This record gives sequence, C-alpha cells and structure tokens, in this order.
Amino acid sequence: MEKATCRGAFSEKILQEAKKDKDIVVVCTDSRGSASLGSYPDELPEQFVEMGIAEQNSVTVSAGMVAMGKKVFAIGPASFYSMRSAEQVKVDVAYSHNNVKIIGISGGISYGALGATHHSLQDIALMRAIPDLIVEIPSDANQMKGLVDAFLEDKTPAYIRVGRGAVPVLYPEDVKVEIGRAQVWGDGRDVGIIACGQMVYRALDAAKLLEEQGIHATVLDMHTIKPLDEAAVLKLARECGCILTVEEHSIYGGLGGAVAEVLVADKPVPMTIAGIPDQDVPNGADAEVFTLLKLDVEGICEKAKALIKRKQEMG
Amino acid sequence: MIETGTARKEEIMSLSGEKKKELMLRAADIREKTVEIVIGGNGGHIGGDLSETDVLVNLFDYMKHDPKNPKWEGRDYFILSKGHSAEAYYAILNYYGYIGQEELDQFGKLGAKLGGHPTKKVNGVEANTGSLGHGLGLATGMALALKMDGKPNRVFVLTGDGELAEGSNWEAAMSAAKFGLTNLTWIIDRNHLQISGNTEDVMPLENLHGKSESFGFQVIDLDGHDHDAIREALESRTEGKPTCIIANTIKGKGLYCAENQAGWHHKTPTMEQFEHMKEDMAQYRKGMA
Repeated sequence: MEKATCRGAFSEKILQEAKKDKDIVVVCTDSRGSASLGSYPDELPEQFVEMGIAEQNSVTVSAGMVAMGKKVFAIGPASFYSMRSAEQVKVDVAYSHNNVKIIGISGGISYGALGATHHSLQDIALMRAIPDLIVEIPSDANQMKGLVDAFLEDKTPAYIRVGRGAVPVLYPEDVKVEIGRAQVWGDGRDVGIIACGQMVYRALDAAKLLEEQGIHATVLDMHTIKPLDEAAVLKLARECGCILTVEEHSIYGGLGGAVAEVLVADKPVPMTIAGIPDQDVPNGADAEVFTLLKLDVEGICEKAKALIKRKQEMG
Repeated sequence: MIETGTARKEEIMSLSGEKKKELMLRAADIREKTVEIVIGGNGGHIGGDLSETDVLVNLFDYMKHDPKNPKWEGRDYFILSKGHSAEAYYAILNYYGYIGQEELDQFGKLGAKLGGHPTKKVNGVEANTGSLGHGLGLATGMALALKMDGKPNRVFVLTGDGELAEGSNWEAAMSAAKFGLTNLTWIIDRNHLQISGNTEDVMPLENLHGKSESFGFQVIDLDGHDHDAIREALESRTEGKPTCIIANTIKGKGLYCAENQAGWHHKTPTMEQFEHMKEDMAQYRKGMA
C-alpha cells in the first residue's frame, strides 16, 4: 500500500501555493528538518521566518504578522506548540482573531522513545477548549493537501496536528476537504467507529477484519475535531446504536470527549473511548506502543466486539 | 551611531516651547480624565495609568494616525502591552475621538465595550492585551511584516517594567534584533514598582539598559515625564536595530497620595483625593500660564 507523510505533503503543497502568493509565510522553530520543509527555505527565503527554539514567541510573532495581512503557517513540534505556547495560542491567535495556522508536527506519540516531553497527548483537549480555533488531525497526506486549500480560504485560526511517520494513502490526490465535515466509510449498522489521524487507517483495517467475522461497521474519519460534525455523530449513533472512538490522545478530553459531549446531550448510546490511558507511556515506536495498549487493529476489533455485546445486553 | 528617522526628516528634533506646553497641559487633562474613568468604573490600575501618561500623550501626538480613519494604511501602530493600564489609554482615545463619553461611562459595567484590559472591539485599539509579555512579540511580528512589504509605518509598544520578568519578552527582544527592525520602538514604563513592591526586590531587572543593549537594541534612558526627551527618543533610530526607550517614571504621578506607592497599583481614589488632585492640577496649569 502506498504510504506518505502528512508533514511532507504539507511542505510540498505550501511551497506550491507560496510561489503563487507572496503573502504566504512559513514560520518555523529550528524545525525545518523535522518538518520536512525541504527546499522551501532556500527557494522562498523572503517568505520564510526562522524563530529558533522559541515556540511562544513564534506564535506571538506569527499573530503580529497576520495582523498585518500575512497568511502565516507556523510549523513545529505539536507538543511544544500546543502546550508551551498554549497561552499565546489562546490570547494572540484565538482571542485576538489572528488567523494563524499552527501545524503541530510529530504529534501524539510519533516521537516514540523520545518520551513524554515530546509526546502531545493532551493537545486536543487543550486546543479544542479555546474559542474560535479550528482543530484538525488529517488522516493521510492527500487530506493534508486538501486541508491547505481549505485553510487558505478559511479565516479562522487553526491548530493542525500531524504525525511523523508515513501513513497509508486513503484519498485521491486532489481530494476536496471540507472543514467540519466527517468522511464516512461504509454503512455497517452493528458498530460505529470514529477515528482521527493515523488511527483512521487502523480503524478501516479493523472494520475489514470485523466484516470477515460477519460484523458490520461504519467508520467516520473525523479529521475536524472542532467544529465537530455533530450531525454525522448523531446519525451514526442512531444507525449503529453504539460508538467506539479511537484516537492517539489521552482518553480525557480528546475526540472521545468531544463525541461524548454530543451524544450525552442528544442521543446517549453505549460508547467506548479508546486512547492513551492516563499513565506514563512506555518507551517504544508508536506502532509497538499501540499494540501494547491494544490500540492496534486487533485491539480495535476486540473493543468493538465488547461494545456490541454491551449494546445487546442493554437491549 | 544615532540617526534621525529618515521618514520624518522634515520634523523638528525637539519641541517648540509652545508645543511642549500644550502637551504638558494635555497630559494634565488626560490624568484627570483617567482618574475620572477609574472612579466611574470603581477600579483600575491607576498607578501605571498615571506613570505612562506623558509617554502616551507625546506618542499619540507624534505617531501617524487618523481618528477619522482608524484603519488608515499609512498609520503607525501602537500596542499597549501593559494592558492593565487601560484607563489612561481610553482617556487618550477619547481625547482623539476614537471613543465617546458614553463608552467611558460604561467602563466597569456589565457588557461594557471597555474592559479592564483593551481589546480590538474598542475603536483605535490594535491588539487584545492583558496577559503580560505578549506585546513586544506581537509588535515584532507586525514590524517584521511591514519590513517584508517595504512599508514605512512604524510600530510602538509600551511594556511595564515588572512585566519584564516574563521570559517571552526576551524571546521577542532576541528576534526583533535578529530581524533588524529599525521600525520597532519598545518603550518601557520604568516606574520601579509592581503590585508587591519594588521591582528590584520582586525580581531584579537591572542592569536593564545593559540587558536591552546586549540583546541588540539601541537604548535610550530618559525621564518619562520630560516631553522634550520623549520626543527626541521617539525620533531616534539606528539603521538595522530596534530601539528601546527606558522611560523612568513615577508611578501614580499627579495623584499625590498615589505617587511612588506600590499600594496604588490598583485602587480607586476617594472623591476627596480626586478633589485634591484637581486642585494640584489647577495650580500646575496656573504655573504654566
């Protein structure tokens, strides 16, 4: 299966767009390598700003540039942009309505053995609690490119978290992405699975595995965590009667929390929130850790089956 | 090497006697208005309001701006990083007609447009501030974008001194120097006091001149109540460097009971104290006549 990284896709796309629009500026924090920025800094030095290892100032300076009409994409590690710069995002970007697009790279546990300092497992909880901020986690490289097009049109500031590794390509090259609209995969009625980021392809593989066992699932690629596609969540709850969320984030306050908030108000159904438990994450590559935490394809299948059983017991 | 800003060569380096007198009298009016706003809203950061007043009055007289066209592209930009000192800012915006008396009357009331910290919802305000240590970075971003576009507009930012314990200021200072932002002027309201006492006891800032200079700024120390000195410093620029003006001021200046008192960081004067201030201001005006 063809694989590609979201960060690479972003860099390729933004270079292409920035060549057409001199107001586009990429801001980075000594992260041009890890962001896979490639030739951008050399090809467009006038539209590239190196801030050094200073995420807080990077966000604030980006906000100032936006206030003067620049279209700023600030790129750097998700862990630092989301948490270290949380106040700058809250005050200078969201509260001040400065349309900075923050691309948090190597999100979740992408950095693996580099440990908790480099993991971003609370970023979605934090970012989605801030008013006037879009929160996105694309699931593949082409969706990332489609998002850049959407972002260039949209005036709302955003936090976009992408992973580090290459993930299977799920969408065609020119896919149009609508912010706030989930992508629906399948039409099974036994269980609804909602996932984001690199959990989407795992959820899709799990759905295939379940199908082989006669269990029919529908998968939502919930790339926009905020504003959440509430209609899609409620439709899924009505059709499937139970919902499993899968995310590379703390079980608290992320995608699962967002979905639960919608369900509890309008359509309570049995639900399981699968994510990173509230404890230290063991060292290891992300895929290994997912297996250990039963967030791999088999683990997702087990959780889905347990949830269906719970639904049936509740009658 | 200190050069005068080339964009303003036509302007005088120092103020004429009449102009200086006009600004001093205006500052007295603004001080009275500020205290009126604080009393009306039953609270405000009066100490820092009154220390920054002369700098603000002089700056707004110097900056390019058009109250009839607040979004005029040719304007200079001002960021009040010490957003808590909003009342003096509101008094100035009111003086220029950006905001009316009705808005001032609402200060401190439920749903008022004017809050304890300024926001862009207020006509003439360029940035939402309040959390300290943001203004210098914001101003750096604005000045950088202006430089990228080859525009002549300048950016002025006023920080407090206690505020400088926030590390983000020094990240911003480093970057402003890196980008060679001649168009950026950072003014420090150096009143030596913060809510808990003397800045040097709370978290020493000295040697502030040396610090700012070593970060790559052209640094000018002055008496922040001396209109000639303020004007000269606002004019002064060194090519390739941002400017830092350390305006040594008196916290609470003009309200005798509040002068140099940390306890007046945030406090509402009594009507009697306000009456004393008005008497002092009347004497001051008389002395200048």
